[in-house]
Amino acid sequence: MDNQVIFAGFGGQGILSMGRFIAHAGLHEGKHVSWLPSYGPEMRGGTANCNVIVSDEEVGSPIISEATALVVMNQPSLEKFESYVEPGGVIVLDTDLVPVLPERKDVRVFSLPATKMAYEMGNPTFAGVILLGKLIKETGVVRFESFEAALRGILKPKKHYLIPEEMKALQAGADY
Amino acid sequence: MKGNEVIAEAALRAGCRHYFGYPITPQTEVAHYMARKMEEIGGTFVQAESEVAAINMVYGAASAGVRAMTSSSSPGISLKQEGISYAAGAELPIVVIDIVRCGPGLGGILPAQCDYYQMVKGGGHGDYHNIVLAPQGVQEMYELVVDAFNLADKYRNPVVVMGDGYMGQMMEAVEFRDQEKIERPEKPWAACGSEMKRPHNTITSIYIEADVLEAHVRHMYEKYKAIEENEVRVDVQNCEGADVIIAAYGTCARVTKNVIKDAAKLGIKVGLIRPITLWPFPKKAFEQYAKVPKGFLTVEMSMGQMIDDVKLAVNGQNNVYFYGRTGGNVPGQKDILAEVVKIARGEGGDLR
Amino acid sequence: MSIVFQRPHALIDKPLHYCPGCTHGIIHRLVAEVLDELGIEGTTVGVASVGCTYNSYEYFNCDMVQAAHGRAPAVATGIRRSLPDRTVFTYQGDGDLAAIGTAEIVHAATRGEKITTIFVNNAIYGMTSGQMAPTTLVGQVTTTTPFGRKPELHGYPVRVCELLSTLEGAVYVERVAVNNVQNIRKAKAAIKRAFQVQAAGLGFSIVEVLSICPTNWGMSPDKSLEWLRDNMIPHYPLGNFKNVALPGETPAADGSDK
Repeated sequence: MDNQVIFAGFGGQGILSMGRFIAHAGLHEGKHVSWLPSYGPEMRGGTANCNVIVSDEEVGSPIISEATALVVMNQPSLEKFESYVEPGGVIVLDTDLVPVLPERKDVRVFSLPATKMAYEMGNPTFAGVILLGKLIKETGVVRFESFEAALRGILKPKKHYLIPEEMKALQAGADY
Repeated sequence: MKGNEVIAEAALRAGCRHYFGYPITPQTEVAHYMARKMEEIGGTFVQAESEVAAINMVYGAASAGVRAMTSSSSPGISLKQEGISYAAGAELPIVVIDIVRCGPGLGGILPAQCDYYQMVKGGGHGDYHNIVLAPQGVQEMYELVVDAFNLADKYRNPVVVMGDGYMGQMMEAVEFRDQEKIERPEKPWAACGSEMKRPHNTITSIYIEADVLEAHVRHMYEKYKAIEENEVRVDVQNCEGADVIIAAYGTCARVTKNVIKDAAKLGIKVGLIRPITLWPFPKKAFEQYAKVPKGFLTVEMSMGQMIDDVKLAVNGQNNVYFYGRTGGNVPGQKDILAEVVKIARGEGGDLR
Repeated sequence: MSIVFQRPHALIDKPLHYCPGCTHGIIHRLVAEVLDELGIEGTTVGVASVGCTYNSYEYFNCDMVQAAHGRAPAVATGIRRSLPDRTVFTYQGDGDLAAIGTAEIVHAATRGEKITTIFVNNAIYGMTSGQMAPTTLVGQVTTTTPFGRKPELHGYPVRVCELLSTLEGAVYVERVAVNNVQNIRKAKAAIKRAFQVQAAGLGFSIVEVLSICPTNWGMSPDKSLEWLRDNMIPHYPLGNFKNVALPGETPAADGSDK
């Protein structure tokens, strides 16, 4: 399996962290992983993206030219990265932030009102995790339990109390 | 871990306890990591007033006989060239990290490989060479930074570890060795206080008399000869029976690995020669495959700098084509493949 | 017969290359005498800079490092941070310290680096043959101010001690001259104290030494000494700008530590 996932959205939405969680979860499973963030002027301008590869084989280029999946949290990012997704690939998006859906018919699109769901769960920062739940369910890029292990590894101990809530959000995204 | 953090951790594991830096994107995480760790372990971290000061602090620390390092990115490296030339002339073991961004001038902060000339071809004034190591990923970054300290001490020479901005920013798994193989030769030459037990030591790069300076430079070139004989490192993949051989290092080499697979599906066999030491340049690998049927393609994140060395190594025996992107753009997998297809079909390419 | 005067051990027995009448020889000797008296030759690393004293490493018997132009304070920082139990000094001229190396000296001082700087101010670039220095006086003729230094064209001469004494990291700042015996004795006392301040780990110390350059001033040595007295000292007043109590000393009652 070779998963090549692009995460894109506004800075501050946790786009880079979403990618990190998936990469770390892959690492937990003994996969070869790479995480390549966008950095530079666009970060200041407000958009962020990262390329994450989770593979059974050694990672060649860490730069994704054909994505197996795309997770988007704003409209400009969808427009920029839609064409990167390979035919049959997956696009997961937050309908609260991406009102205009992809035009392509050769990809599988999953639209979730993730921001609204997160608010309803009482924590607006969960929107990203909700989208990750759908991504994991539809692509199998990593397993749910490895995601929990990644949270435990990356979050500071004082934030660990959030993990059960995060996992609930992940499940909610998967179930939507 | 992030490439930049791995650089710092590798230096610490190699016994470096003295780091001097100045903030510049995209390598600032090296300084952040060092600032924290050096305070914890009682090492030295100085945020200098400029890159010029930082390299001269490294010069001072290396003069005193300790392992010392600085890190920067392209415009900062330009400022450090003075100190690097002095360190080469004074034969000081220093380690310089260059996380390359695009230029010229202030340029941008996106990744590039356009520091090849300034690092491999001198950059500073005078007859000298840096040893230049070019990792292709985070694991190799770790290994080469450790090696950089050993090579610097072994040859009393500046060693540069050069990665593009992506190398510093990307995260990959890294396996640290339990115990680093640290080679620490005695440094009887160091200016660390004579204790009145020996004649005083002098660290200098000034030799006013022509014959004396020439003798000194010739001595340095004897050393460079030994480095060229003993320290060349190169990664050669898929070159036996290849139609086209790509010459690339760092991120471009990583992209090329995907191109090799894509080309195979089209029935084209692509080889890769990836110099790990940009100086000494792996000439022999190119000589060995100089007759590759369709020629060489050099892929760089620049307007073509390493291609000069590829051409020198191929020595007119074959075509050396070029494909590069600059300004912070990275040659795309599909674009490189398109060049390969053209060359393989004998439709030519950019011969420079 | 007893020996009453001899070469300090810290000064190598070698003819100096300085021009006739140059006061670098006196200043070298003062530094060497202090190294002897404090018994620190074997634990000291000196940093030579660029200018007439580029090869002062050939004269001082302690370990020496030659630095790029202006960078001596940065090099000294690297050495001192690597060898915390050693003494480190820089020996710099006015072009080196106050022009190309302004950033390095200011920041070494502001960091309170535990180094001692011997700053030789002769109001001119000596080695490159008499160009205007940052410390060249108004009206002074040099090869690059052939009609005299004019403030509207060339700016004003910089007072380094006054500048550095505003920095908290600089704990001992004194200006001396070597134009007569009395001042030479004061200069030695200041240099000695600067090294003691460093040994006590109190911070950055600097002694500015007003000096002459008969060759490039175009005067005889004795005329040069008079010129220093009549022109330099009025612009660069001698004395202490900042002092700090050494361990065991009582700080001054006015709180100035002077």
